[in-house]
Amino acid sequence: MSAETDQVETAPARTAKGVVFDRTFEALCFAAATLLLTALGGLIVSLAIGGWPAFRTFGLRFFYTSTWDPVQEVYGASGAIVGTLITSALALAFALPFALGVAIFLVELCPERLRRPIGTAVELLAGIPSIVYGMWGLFVFAPWFAKHVQMPAMMASPPGSVWEKLTAGVPNGANILSASLILAIMILPFIAATMRELLLTIPPAVRESAYGLGSTTFEVIRKVSIPYVRSGAVGAIMLGLGRALGETMAVTFIIGNAHGFPSSLFASGATIASTIANEFAEATGELHTASLVALGLVLFIITFAVLALARLLIGRQAHS
Amino acid sequence: MIRRVFLALAATAALAAPLAGCSGKGGEAKAPAGPQISGAGATFPAPLYAKWAEAQKQATGLTLNYQAIGSGGGIKQIEAKTVAFGASDKPLKPEDLEKNGLLQFPTVMGGVVPVANLPGVTPGGLKLTGPLLADIYLGKVTKWSDPAIAALNAGAKLPNLPITVVHRSDGSGTSFLFTSYLTTVAPQWAKVGASDSVAWPAGLGGKGNDGVAAMVKQTPGAIGYVEYAYAKQNGMTYALLQNASGAFVAPTAANFAAAAAGADWTKAPGFYLLLLNQPGKDAWPITGATFILMHRQQSDAATAKAVLSFYDWAFKNGDAQAQALDYVPLPDAVKTLVRQSWSGVVGPDGKPVYQPAS
Amino acid sequence: MSAGSPRLSRRAAEYAFLVFCWLATGLALVALAAILWALFKQGVGGLNLAVFTRSTPAPGSEGGLLNAILGSVMMCVVAMAGAVAVGVMAGTWLAEFAKDSAYGKVVRFVNDVLLSAPSILVGLFVYELLVRPMKGFSGYAGAAALALLAIPVIVRTTEDVLRLQPVALREASVALGAPVWKTILAVVWKAAQGGMLTGALLAFARISGETAPLLFTALNNQFLSLDLGKPTANLPVVIFQYALSAYDDWRRLAWAGAMLIAVAVLAVTIIARLSTREPKRS
Repeated sequence: MSAETDQVETAPARTAKGVVFDRTFEALCFAAATLLLTALGGLIVSLAIGGWPAFRTFGLRFFYTSTWDPVQEVYGASGAIVGTLITSALALAFALPFALGVAIFLVELCPERLRRPIGTAVELLAGIPSIVYGMWGLFVFAPWFAKHVQMPAMMASPPGSVWEKLTAGVPNGANILSASLILAIMILPFIAATMRELLLTIPPAVRESAYGLGSTTFEVIRKVSIPYVRSGAVGAIMLGLGRALGETMAVTFIIGNAHGFPSSLFASGATIASTIANEFAEATGELHTASLVALGLVLFIITFAVLALARLLIGRQAHS
Repeated sequence: MIRRVFLALAATAALAAPLAGCSGKGGEAKAPAGPQISGAGATFPAPLYAKWAEAQKQATGLTLNYQAIGSGGGIKQIEAKTVAFGASDKPLKPEDLEKNGLLQFPTVMGGVVPVANLPGVTPGGLKLTGPLLADIYLGKVTKWSDPAIAALNAGAKLPNLPITVVHRSDGSGTSFLFTSYLTTVAPQWAKVGASDSVAWPAGLGGKGNDGVAAMVKQTPGAIGYVEYAYAKQNGMTYALLQNASGAFVAPTAANFAAAAAGADWTKAPGFYLLLLNQPGKDAWPITGATFILMHRQQSDAATAKAVLSFYDWAFKNGDAQAQALDYVPLPDAVKTLVRQSWSGVVGPDGKPVYQPAS
Repeated sequence: MSAGSPRLSRRAAEYAFLVFCWLATGLALVALAAILWALFKQGVGGLNLAVFTRSTPAPGSEGGLLNAILGSVMMCVVAMAGAVAVGVMAGTWLAEFAKDSAYGKVVRFVNDVLLSAPSILVGLFVYELLVRPMKGFSGYAGAAALALLAIPVIVRTTEDVLRLQPVALREASVALGAPVWKTILAVVWKAAQGGMLTGALLAFARISGETAPLLFTALNNQFLSLDLGKPTANLPVVIFQYALSAYDDWRRLAWAGAMLIAVAVLAVTIIARLSTREPKRS
């Protein structure tokens, strides 16, 4: 789908002035793109410098141990890493189908008059400050979740089953699952709004010909629309996943903030971002600060890995 | 397209412009004329410093902007010299002050209060001792019907609920005081230790005082600890604690003051003094002061002078405001000691930048 | 599909799918309504004229959010101006010039990584870059941190929508003798403006409520100051500090402020949408 724009450059009848402008324009765009690279480079270098004492002290142990003890000055990141991966994956799993549903609804099913209001409403969901999600999560969502989801789930789980292990926890709504659900609500508008824009760019002729062959809406979406926007759709998902991985305030309020590995879906946990947000402001020891910064670097490494994996998968799909 | 976005932005700005316009009429909201002094650090005293700043701006025209970024942040910022003064709930040790050329003084006090969610139990209807509190936070005592709790609370009807331990998730001076207290009174707490964030052996973390209060309120059988103002303003079920004299005392401003009165500040270089488990039959055992940090050697004498005159003014005129917001003013004797210590802040000429009129 | 009648199962799948789409939208709207209701219930009590005409008070005093509103507007405008300029250019480079070059792939990857940079780390980076060397917190540093958060969102959406514009569009323009820069500016950008606007709006929505990156860059200011070179008041930090305080009047202001941010995002979205035409779709 990457359009072959080569023809544009070999087009005839270009004036000298046009060429100068073209060069300048391209150079400007290139500079902007390079600025991104510099920004990330600077970010990583500053994190690496700041986190170095932690890596020097703990070595690889920093990545696979889960002790987080500011008094003894022993730090291990694996609890936060696992918490980040679980909450982000769950959030994406919840948000993706719903976001797709919303986008498709807006493009294909929605009555003309409601299209704009509903589209705006979904975008508004992205504009609610993350602290509001946190407060709402803590005061409204958590008690509701504890009463209507957590309690019934715990009651219904047969003793001794895997299910019981998964649902063990204090029924107060501050746990991995409720944090994931809040995250899902937060990233939904990012995925939905972008997907909607992508679906709108499909030339009508493409879809109409599919409908003309007697396809149902479902089939058109599945076999024509989604493949058409696939690479952009991955971008939309990355947008959502990126927000989920790095979201701080909302998660901090509702995840229960317990270091170490979460033992069930209803157990308290911590994410990398929540740990940094919780402890950075008050961290005084050099090693404590360094470990928090190192944690930030680990988040970048995770993002790298997730993205690389995504590219690998998409690359394969695109070729087949 | 870009033009459109700019238009949208301009429209937003235009929406805000009338607001700026009508502010002129309000009179109060004019941009400050004089120099502005910035300080940053501890969260605990921030509301009071805001109150003092507001009062002094009206009284003397001095504009002092204090922002709560956490005690650790305050210490880092004063070391980086991005602010005129830092603030911390956790006093720096004399040797750390020496190393960084800093001066430290207390401004105001407060207390940490254990709170619980126990159906049928009224505020003050629960008695605890330090070692028992430590056992609860260690996860050793897990039920409210535990004999150790029952022995202290003969006659009280405690529900047969599991105890859910709630602590602060963010690093905090409140946690520092609380864990320091447990370290002082309960040997078994030594393995966890005292700090603004520790590796909690049990329970879950709430963000901020508010997060802890909310978690406790939402979980029957929960126990937590918050600053005094939160316990009071939220009408939470607080516990009576046994102090060093063996008496069970309530968390009240008078009892915090009693803890400070019993302490000997003259023998504390750099005012490094924790008011934990102080003698005195009324002394609340988890009391603490909050501190200001400044460089001893100032390159800008005027700014340093303004900071010290700010706190001098507050010491003289700010006690009522402190009490109204549930803080506890320093005893007069301590204020005098603090004023004397200010001669340690000198300008480029080597002379003290501020002479308090006494 | 293995059901007895393929037509029946096709129809069943279609219905299930349609119901799901309706349901998904319904649930998203319910979530929005629940949050807005909570905001409204808590925030409306704190709204009055003083909110817009007076600066943030100490607990127990009268006051409003004027300094925070103005500070936030100034920082967001500066941040968005910078972010749109850089983001659209970079997105254009990726879509129009980079194609599948190795450097293009690297930049694309880097942008996706930046998307997930936790805002607090971006704040720390800007702190090391601007605040520490300049020995002071400032509104400009705050704006820079916000811009850094907004840029990746704009780059991502810009590239995606530009790439989906048909090649024929560009060919037609160039065939008429237009240089590439003019083709991109007047034809491709114009065709893609709806999507690019969505990107800018999402970016604005993202930065309008960010607390963490401002705490160590713009700090905050109790008093009114229009000087972006000094610590600058802003709504998110005020909301954060007031919402978690023990005092009722502060909490009311926090919720009123949160409501104002939601309303501002809504207003900007509507204004922007009204100024562009909605893409027609049959």
